[in-house]
Amino acid sequence: MSLSLQEVKQVAWLARIEITEVEAEAAQGQLNGIFKLIEQMLSVDTEGVEPMAHGQDLVQRLRDDRVTETDQHALYQSVAPQVEDGLYLVPKVIE
Amino acid sequence: MPNATLKQLSLQLAQKKISSTELTQFHLDRIARLNPGLNAFVTVDAARSLAQARAADAQIAAGKAQPLTGIPVAHKDIFCAKGWLTTCGSKILANFVSPYDAHVVERLNAAGAVILGRTNMDEFAMGSSSETCFWGPVRNPWDRTRVPGGSSGGSAAAVAARMAPAAIGTDTGGSIRQPSALSGICGLKPTYGVVSRYGMIAFASSLDQGGPMAKSAEDLALMLNVMAGFDARDSTSLERPVEDYTRLLDASPAGDRAQPLGGLRIGVPKEYFGAGLDSDVGAAVEAALAQFEKLGAKRVAISLPNSALSVPAYYVIAPAEASSNLSRFDGVRYGYRAPDYTDLADMYRKSRAQGFGAEVKRRILIGTYVLSHGYYDAYYLKAQKIRRLIAQDYVQAYGQCDLIMGPTSPSVAFGLGAKASDPVQMYLNDIYTVSANLAGLPAMSIPCGFGEGNMPVGLHLVGNYFAEANMLNAAHRYQLATDWHLRQPAGVE
Repeated sequence: MSLSLQEVKQVAWLARIEITEVEAEAAQGQLNGIFKLIEQMLSVDTEGVEPMAHGQDLVQRLRDDRVTETDQHALYQSVAPQVEDGLYLVPKVIE
Repeated sequence: MPNATLKQLSLQLAQKKISSTELTQFHLDRIARLNPGLNAFVTVDAARSLAQARAADAQIAAGKAQPLTGIPVAHKDIFCAKGWLTTCGSKILANFVSPYDAHVVERLNAAGAVILGRTNMDEFAMGSSSETCFWGPVRNPWDRTRVPGGSSGGSAAAVAARMAPAAIGTDTGGSIRQPSALSGICGLKPTYGVVSRYGMIAFASSLDQGGPMAKSAEDLALMLNVMAGFDARDSTSLERPVEDYTRLLDASPAGDRAQPLGGLRIGVPKEYFGAGLDSDVGAAVEAALAQFEKLGAKRVAISLPNSALSVPAYYVIAPAEASSNLSRFDGVRYGYRAPDYTDLADMYRKSRAQGFGAEVKRRILIGTYVLSHGYYDAYYLKAQKIRRLIAQDYVQAYGQCDLIMGPTSPSVAFGLGAKASDPVQMYLNDIYTVSANLAGLPAMSIPCGFGEGNMPVGLHLVGNYFAEANMLNAAHRYQLATDWHLRQPAGVE
């Protein structure tokens, strides 16, 4: 399995990372090298094996549906690039 | 004082032989002198550290000291700490002052420990050499032309060079254990879920665990007592009875005095001693195993048949989870925002392209690809099935042994830049460590000798789920009979 240059650019698009033509070519070589490593596992027989997401197969712990957090938006927004009136400012999204 | 263990320091503080203020200043002076040549620390704030030290001294004077009260500890720059610059080794967080404390930071603060500073690391914990740090590479105190290992290389170098008596790090594929091995110190990754990940900047959520790094197994146990425990804010944190991880260390050993580890069965996987392992490392590990036998343990040959699949599976699962976790870095709520952009999408693309380093971008691209439509089953789901096979291998193995041992790393520390050109070469460093993360098992590394270039070699121990106390006890008995863990590099006197 190896990526074409177009596929590299498509993945970069999905990941919202800008990539130049030169960078895409360099990335293509490195990514295909990594895919060679990954490919080693593809031919292994995993028929009937359940995927494992957690060491002890635990399920998500739930809690009561009660309000427990306090409003700290002033503190949390103190590190934001641009805020106004409690809102994060970003470039206008044009419909 | 620089070689004192946490236990010894705690006693000296209790006996008023030193104060926390003196102890903290002592280490701050060492950092000022030694850090420029090692680049282990990203941020030091002497005023803040000393303020904590003074508060600790007041606690000690009031008779309220706990085992870590007054002890300065270095924190890997991945743990959010309120009011401290928290960069995660990345340009994208180079300006991020955390508005809150990670759970582990809260616990250490409540225990009276002092934050000594923030240590350098591979960017977003992605690396095995501490060379991808935005702040420049960390150097190995044993040989400054070599890497200290990664991603917790700054923490490892800080302890190895005695700039800090202890440190905390994180381990996703070996990032506590491998730098501990390459830098000649002790490091432990707990069972998944034992240490809360709240406030620990996420790399791969099903693999990440925070843990202690120090000069002895006993010190690791003291640290783990403070770090471990249920935290409702981490949805993967486990509710279990509180444990004292030091409880076996002072106790009369199970075997007789001369053979304190009588009855212990050590599983040695045959897959770990084949091609790919440097002979100097193999020799030091063999000598360590012989020493364990002298202490009464029995060696059992075991097999972990799917070992070879662990690195490929890891390099699907970890990048996949990372691509999801790092999608939050978009220049909107915190961190780096590109100075110029045309619209919102362009702002995302440029902020991330400019803010992330090359290795992080590679892993995000891999992760995005393996999770994308048409490939999820073939790659991510496949890797999670391999993961189950690997975990099952361990379940099988623990039917025949109590602890599994082998090398932590296939080689001693390599030269700076030596593996920079081929990412896969770097990834193969993780061959002995990633399985424990995939299975969620506790694991640690302790010094067991020296190899090529007089560089430290680490012995890797893997325990069954929740067997940290037993694992620490085995390491502790070994350290009572040997002195590898007491060696320090030249040039840090």
